Amino acid sequence: MIALAAPLIFTSLGGVFSERAGVINIGLEGLMVIGAFTGIVFNLMFADVFGEWTPWLAVLAAMIAGLLFSILHAVACITFRADQTVSGVAINLLAVGLTMFLVKLIFDKGQTDRITETFPRIDVPLLSDIPFIGPIFFANGYYIVYIAILISFVVWYVLYKTPFGLRIRAVGEHPMAADTMGVNVTKIRYAAVLLSGAFGGIGGAIYATIFSNEFNHATINGQGFMAIAAMIFGKWHPIGAMGAALFFGLAQSLSIVGSSLPFFKDIPSVYLLIAPYVLTIIALTGFIGRADAPKASGQPYIKGKR
Amino acid sequence: MSKYLSKLTSPLIAVILGLVVGAIIMLVSGYDPVAGYGSMVNGIIGDSYYVGESVRTIIPYILAGLAVAFAFRTGLFNIGVEGQLIVGWLAAVWVGIAFDLPRIIHLPLAILAGAAAGALWAFIPGYLKAKFRVHEVIVSIMLNYTALYVTNYLIRNVMTDKLDKTERIADTASLRSPFFESITDFSRMHWGIVVAIICVIIMWFLLERTKTGFELKAVGFNQHASEYAGMSVNKNIILSMVISGAFAGLAGAMEGLGTFGYAAVKGGFTGMGFDGIAVALLGANTAIGVVLAALLFGGLKAGALNMPLETGIPSEIVDIVIALIIFFVASSYFIRWIAARFKKGVK
Repeated sequence: MIALAAPLIFTSLGGVFSERAGVINIGLEGLMVIGAFTGIVFNLMFADVFGEWTPWLAVLAAMIAGLLFSILHAVACITFRADQTVSGVAINLLAVGLTMFLVKLIFDKGQTDRITETFPRIDVPLLSDIPFIGPIFFANGYYIVYIAILISFVVWYVLYKTPFGLRIRAVGEHPMAADTMGVNVTKIRYAAVLLSGAFGGIGGAIYATIFSNEFNHATINGQGFMAIAAMIFGKWHPIGAMGAALFFGLAQSLSIVGSSLPFFKDIPSVYLLIAPYVLTIIALTGFIGRADAPKASGQPYIKGKR
Repeated sequence: MSKYLSKLTSPLIAVILGLVVGAIIMLVSGYDPVAGYGSMVNGIIGDSYYVGESVRTIIPYILAGLAVAFAFRTGLFNIGVEGQLIVGWLAAVWVGIAFDLPRIIHLPLAILAGAAAGALWAFIPGYLKAKFRVHEVIVSIMLNYTALYVTNYLIRNVMTDKLDKTERIADTASLRSPFFESITDFSRMHWGIVVAIICVIIMWFLLERTKTGFELKAVGFNQHASEYAGMSVNKNIILSMVISGAFAGLAGAMEGLGTFGYAAVKGGFTGMGFDGIAVALLGANTAIGVVLAALLFGGLKAGALNMPLETGIPSEIVDIVIALIIFFVASSYFIRWIAARFKKGVK
């Protein structure tokens, strides 16, 4: 039931890195598209070679592809001082255009073949026997979800307990102060954007591998934007983003399978579909505790400018 | 004159760079770029049918571009054009189906319904920005998806009984033109082009010749100075979003009343709203610039459909080119930097 949360968790953690360093990344959607495409194509090409390890290695390949693609965003936003939102929009358009061009080139049709190797499922022992909560969170789940949750704690540790994390946060709040203290603003921002690319790629590959089993133009239909919503709803905090992603993932699952559950079948699925977006807007307006973006997000840092 | 020339340089360089990179991609993938672009141009103006279809594609591009550009002038980034377009589409079609009126009332009413729905949808981020200082980009992205799911729900459950598209609109609300169809070999070109041109004139007049337009632009330049001069920043933010949303709603209405004549359940976005950002950027947020950029992008999109037919090149190459052009326009610092280097070299 919470499997849909895994791609959201990874991608929103990517968003946390980038935005905490002061670079808005609307391009997460496009990075997920790149990840999904790479993941599926890798899976199709190497399923015979690697067997059941294929999906894990596909995720690794997608991570690298996402990282490489995010260099474009980093160069435009950091070095060339482009408008970060505009660059993000361009990344999204470019990702869909490029991947679909390649799909047609390689497969000569509008979608890829279907993959055969996917992630293993497990019942978590004991926990899955808990009534109500058990079936939702622990039965018939994917390892990858629990890995995603673990990773969010790692990201929290990196951001809040290491010098590198401190630098990321400093660069996002007050780049000039950070620069004065000898932090290389450009380098840190590059690192953060590339990390967000890597995470976005992972998220995209997981989504495609688990849910669509193939890649076409509509595979990542707004998952990247939902990850951004989760990041904001989680107030730019890794654990918060993870919690929001879990919640949004659950809402998405319920909108699909809700009609077969006793309590949810009376709720039209449209409410569950729009819930993440509406809740994010409400969160931003401050009815449930104000969510404020890092101070310097969206502004290119120009050395020597006051 | 040289002032206008320098304004044109960086968009032009961006377009050329975009097309060049597109050509390189075609070359690397083993296609002939000359034949590719040739078939594209053929698909834009090859014969009267293609011309008609190109014009039809350009209509919503002009309106979506105006929508983004108008908000940009007040310093707002309306990334929610897509959602406003979708609700405008549905509202216009709803009026087109639900009422039985003479054409002279029905058609304007349906068009206005589209504009009003778009305006209302854009009012939300405008109001939240003015009242709570919430960034309009995030709110309007969230509203895009809300619009998509809500309209799909309405089409499926309210306007029809579990069908994937509504019935056709009444003839009295249709923008279809037997005249345009006859001169363009039965393309879907419709009267929306007149609506689009009127809107271009409205935008130019509003921004350049009225006090309201002056205030809107002033707020875009410097909020604090405008506030100090006695203008209401909040009022202008909301007003700008509402007008922008009205343009976006009209773009949707043109599709609903002209091209398709119905509203259908959508699996994803139309993409026109996001392409509107490209149009506005390339057109430097001016009315005339938007028209030129819409001609280019609308033409590219329409011509792309001919590429797989004639040369087997996937039409997505055009999406890549458009994305690259936005990229290069956004990074105009880079282009200016190169241009400056180049000038120095010449001297």
